[in-house]
Amino acid sequence: MAVLQIREALRAALDEEMERDVRVFLMGEEVGHYDGAYKVSQGLLEKYGEMRVVDTPICEAGFAGVGIGAAMAGLRPVVEFMTFNFSLVAFDQLINNAAKLHHLSNGQFTLPIVFRGPNGAAHMLSSTHSQAFDAMLSHVPGLKVVSIATPYDAKGLLKSAIRDPNPVIFFESEVMYSVKGEVPDEPYLIPLGQADVKRPGGDVTVVTWGQGLPIALRAAELCQADGIDCEVVDVRTLRPMDLDTIYASVRKTHRAVVVAHEWPTCGVSAQLAARIQADLLDELDAPVLRETYEDVNMPYAENLERLVIPSAERVRDAILRVAYHRI
Amino acid sequence: MSDPEGARPHAPPIPRTKEELLRLYREMLRIRRFEELAARAYTQGKISGFLHLYIGQEAIAVATKEVMRPGDRVVTTYRDHGFALALGSDPKACMAELFGKKTGLVGGKGGSMHFFDRSVGLWGGYAIVGGHVPVAAGHAFASKYLGDGAVTFCFMGEGALPIGATHEGFLLAGLWKLPVVYVIENNQYAMGTPLSRTSPVDDLTVRGPVYRFVTDRLVVRDVFEVREHLARAARRAREQQQPCLLELVTYRFRGHSMSDPAKYRTKDEVARWKAQDPLHRHEEELRTTFGVSEEALEALDDEVVEEMQAAVDFADASPPPDPEERFEHLYVEDPSAHPDLGPPPGDDIPAVTVRSFDPKGA
Repeated sequence: MAVLQIREALRAALDEEMERDVRVFLMGEEVGHYDGAYKVSQGLLEKYGEMRVVDTPICEAGFAGVGIGAAMAGLRPVVEFMTFNFSLVAFDQLINNAAKLHHLSNGQFTLPIVFRGPNGAAHMLSSTHSQAFDAMLSHVPGLKVVSIATPYDAKGLLKSAIRDPNPVIFFESEVMYSVKGEVPDEPYLIPLGQADVKRPGGDVTVVTWGQGLPIALRAAELCQADGIDCEVVDVRTLRPMDLDTIYASVRKTHRAVVVAHEWPTCGVSAQLAARIQADLLDELDAPVLRETYEDVNMPYAENLERLVIPSAERVRDAILRVAYHRI
Repeated sequence: MSDPEGARPHAPPIPRTKEELLRLYREMLRIRRFEELAARAYTQGKISGFLHLYIGQEAIAVATKEVMRPGDRVVTTYRDHGFALALGSDPKACMAELFGKKTGLVGGKGGSMHFFDRSVGLWGGYAIVGGHVPVAAGHAFASKYLGDGAVTFCFMGEGALPIGATHEGFLLAGLWKLPVVYVIENNQYAMGTPLSRTSPVDDLTVRGPVYRFVTDRLVVRDVFEVREHLARAARRAREQQQPCLLELVTYRFRGHSMSDPAKYRTKDEVARWKAQDPLHRHEEELRTTFGVSEEALEALDDEVVEEMQAAVDFADASPPPDPEERFEHLYVEDPSAHPDLGPPPGDDIPAVTVRSFDPKGA
């Protein structure tokens, strides 16, 4: 079994799907001759040529729209946003076109397209380059939304996203492209819409995804010293969300903390807390707590940024609180 | 303000036969009568929402149908009834869509602004100004990728030129030499705002060269002229992968939508354009040049009105969508129902699914 970085796992997924299906192509800024801003697409131009690894000018609305039009006409585009911060200027395409055209045309047109790229804060990029779009895009009916945190999930979920007949938003992270992990040599797919228990435990459920996962796992290690055994559930797909797996865990632990790299107000974490509390009220021994970004634009300065982003220590405190453990 | 007489000298008239003129006149009349009946149904409360009429611009849609080949696409704005009818959509389904009925073109999900009829090459009525311009480039990109020889015709009002998506779509079409014909239907008013207040220049084709588009400009008076100019552009797109930008100067005789009394223009201006209405010009031509009798013209009109009244009756009698239909087609549930989603050739990777992966496990 190979040990790959997330960027390599994503590249392997792209490569396998492009090899399998001539309709699949990659499009975005710097994906070809530059080999990808984060080197995800390294070597693909050489292998597949300029018609299938398409460098674009800086015009997100333009190339997102071209991807949508190509998908309607039978192709399977993978559109890379260098970061999802730049997808803001393509929101009309994502929300008015990608999310709606299958429904609006009453099924006459299909939109098998993936929009992928890094999402959330990286490191000291300030407020316009450190935003999380989890809630904004999960809010929209017609889209599917995936967020990956391991090389294994990155490969299996990207392959499924490319094969999915619907528009899929696929969130990665700048600071996690080098994260390494084992990836099977044989082909595999991970279905969209399935959460994954990344760490089994019996005392507190920690629900998370994307950049939240390493924080949650570190917090779970810290809590081990306090005698609290955390179960960490990686949501993986934000829409549709696998509430069954999350609920099964909460039914076991009766306590939940949601850890999210996103703003707290109207966030996916807020949705999760609301659903758990409404659907599992009788199961809960404590209110569901959330650890998210602070409700502020991301500052540049390193110390300030560190304060805004949830830390393992902050998450540990939340876990101790729902366990009514003395802090 | 463009002059209805046109800034350029009249070209010599394009030869035509009585039969051909009758055929195209009838197609234009079908659109006009359909919309007049739709407007009446709107005032009767049978149609709600927005209703943007194409009255005055019919020659453009009819000429487009003339130059299309099988597989070609039309992408247009929310002012889309004319294209659906010209391309061959069933007027009954069109009217039922306006009425919000189950039998509508898109099952009552879109209404006036969102006609889609893939069976006739209508790839959509889009209602966010300019947003369809890159999508049309994407259709053309697919044509180039697949080598299917199709041309995409993308229509927009002159009001779509200020917005960024239009520029970005133009740019990519020009950069990648996509087989697309962009047509500006310059009806002079973006809702209530005349072109002079949104564009520093009158001639909108001056934008073409920066995208390496071949450009062309015409005042719409004669459906045969429009056909000739569109055919030239389509030929360039199809045979030379040369995107074109065609400005068709026209006029809508109704307000922007049904709620607009169009107080921003003078009666005199409307009258001057009405004198150039292609439908009336061609009617007069049939009468004077080809000697078609009043009785024959009236009989033709009666037939068309009857067809469109039948569409109204059909729409009126149709049931509303079933409640569960609101969720239908939100997501593709069964890919096998969609020809576009077939498996790739030579698919030999088994769809192995693994629920979870434990790196420490066996």
